[in-house]
Amino acid sequence: MHNSSRQLSNKIRLLIFIVLGFLIYLLSNNVDELRVYQGAQVSFYVIGIASIILLTGYSGQVSLGQGALLGVGGYAAALSHLHWHLPIPATFAIAILAAAGAGALLGIAAARLSGPYLAGATLALAVGLPSIANQFTILGGEQGLFFDVGFPPESLGEEFTQYKWFFWIASLATLIAIFWLQNVMRSRYGRTWKAIRGSEVAAELAGVDIARAKILAFTLSAGLAGLAGALLAMTIGTVSPSAFPLALSFSLLTGAVLSGVTTLGGVMIGAVTLVALPEIVGTVVNRAGASEAIATNLPHIVMGTLLILTVVFVPNGPVEQMRSRRVKKEKSL
Amino acid sequence: MFQFINTLLIGITSGAIYALMALSIVLVWRSTRVINFAQAGQALTSTFIGFQTLQYVDSFWIALVVAMIGGALISALIEITLMRVLLKHSTSGAIAGVAPIIATLGLLEVIQATITLIWGGADSLITPPLSNTGFTIGSNTLVFSPMKLAIIAIVAVLLIFLTLIVQKTSIGLSLRAAAFSPELARLAGVRVDAVRTLGWALSGATGAVAGLLLVANGNGSFSTASMEFSLLLISGFIAAVIGGLESLLGAVIGGLALGIITAFILMYISDSLFFIAPFVILLLVLFIRPQGFLGKKGGRRA
Repeated sequence: MHNSSRQLSNKIRLLIFIVLGFLIYLLSNNVDELRVYQGAQVSFYVIGIASIILLTGYSGQVSLGQGALLGVGGYAAALSHLHWHLPIPATFAIAILAAAGAGALLGIAAARLSGPYLAGATLALAVGLPSIANQFTILGGEQGLFFDVGFPPESLGEEFTQYKWFFWIASLATLIAIFWLQNVMRSRYGRTWKAIRGSEVAAELAGVDIARAKILAFTLSAGLAGLAGALLAMTIGTVSPSAFPLALSFSLLTGAVLSGVTTLGGVMIGAVTLVALPEIVGTVVNRAGASEAIATNLPHIVMGTLLILTVVFVPNGPVEQMRSRRVKKEKSL
Repeated sequence: MFQFINTLLIGITSGAIYALMALSIVLVWRSTRVINFAQAGQALTSTFIGFQTLQYVDSFWIALVVAMIGGALISALIEITLMRVLLKHSTSGAIAGVAPIIATLGLLEVIQATITLIWGGADSLITPPLSNTGFTIGSNTLVFSPMKLAIIAIVAVLLIFLTLIVQKTSIGLSLRAAAFSPELARLAGVRVDAVRTLGWALSGATGAVAGLLLVANGNGSFSTASMEFSLLLISGFIAAVIGGLESLLGAVIGGLALGIITAFILMYISDSLFFIAPFVILLLVLFIRPQGFLGKKGGRRA
């Protein structure tokens, strides 16, 4: 009985994702170049943020170095495309595997650490890793490497633009990744992580191998980050140290906190905010006739302030907040 | 042999600056149990305050004092307006444990954007007050200069001063009590809030010295865009972890050790490892002795 209802809900979920995909397809036909480009950005932010939600929300570890793992994925995709001439889907697979491998190593170290120590270690990674590109000539130094996924197929027509093609690839990858992640979170592993988040001691007493569960979370999270990195590289056409700065790690963490780290439900909130906020603030500033310096720096001030306010007042994120408020209301009735 | 001594002296000097950052991190950790990642931005702000002061007066040392006062005020303000509220609010929930870390990162972003807004993104210059040309012994010129000697002296004085405050005065005792158990400390009549603010203020002043000396130890130029302050923060954090996070002396020893090790890696292996070496050293430390080399047993997991 229970089993069949789950099956059904899985089918419904799949249906929802297909409908979502169709809506995105319709959307892509009705917006201009800038919007499809931003759509592609939202896509890789969604995956990047989901990777942090998996890590922080579901296994209680914090990573300030997610941008570095995106970098691993981006470079892996670009290298495999340049040197092995692999087709694009295969380069994405390589990106996932390479980042997951790096994540597993990091996870082994992280399983011994907690809170501030892990934060500091991942921060050091985010600062340090991009400089490796200058160490080995194969990585192309400061200029980086090209990552060109090619023109859209001719069968899509002459009108079909490059950015729209990016958007299609990115949103398809995102839909698949999020669907897969939802399945993982509803599986035995998802429940294990939730148990650890609830109480590490209780989970350990119940026979959960904490270290293994955490390393697994780190590995899967890194794999997602790798995919996000490959999509980012595709969108900007290159990989270079400056494409994966410390600010990227902070942006992803900000997006995750704004989305709420305890549930995947709000993942769009953070991703859309990351893309839309700079533009909205920029437009407002320009309307007000303020200087260029204000237009470039004010978005960061707003974003940082938003992050602080969310952590203080809505630490579980907007979705969870509304849910708990509804539960309270139902109880009081 | 000559190169060996030179490398050692370079390492000790940069280590002394890391030590200052480590002291600043340890002071906040001891008073509120928070790692303040915004310290990178605060140190940069203080450095700009020093830079601004130098536009009016012609003495680096006066600028240093003004920057210290400015840094202390900013830091105290952050404790009063943000940390106090945060620690009261986030006591439960999935990210209660990491909320302060995330908040300080948000703060870092706000601070960095604000100072870019005020001072612009271009390079600013602070002329080092003392010569950065090395002493000469016989026919050899050391890299060790009067400026570097002054840096080490300043760090030594600050360490002694802070140690005296924390270990020998009742303020230091209150500081420890407030961090260890705020409730008990309050019952015992310690003004926990005030004491914590003081801890943050001391940390801010120390960070200001670290920032200005970092600039004076180099060629004097700095900007909001440079990675040097991020690296300073990470080096300070690593030094603090080596020293066990609790101990002021440990932080200084950790800083010196980190500075010397890094200098030798850069000199004898490759100088392009500048950014990644700290990460590797941190991982090694956390694997070999996670409680730090001067910390007490107990592990890092809880």
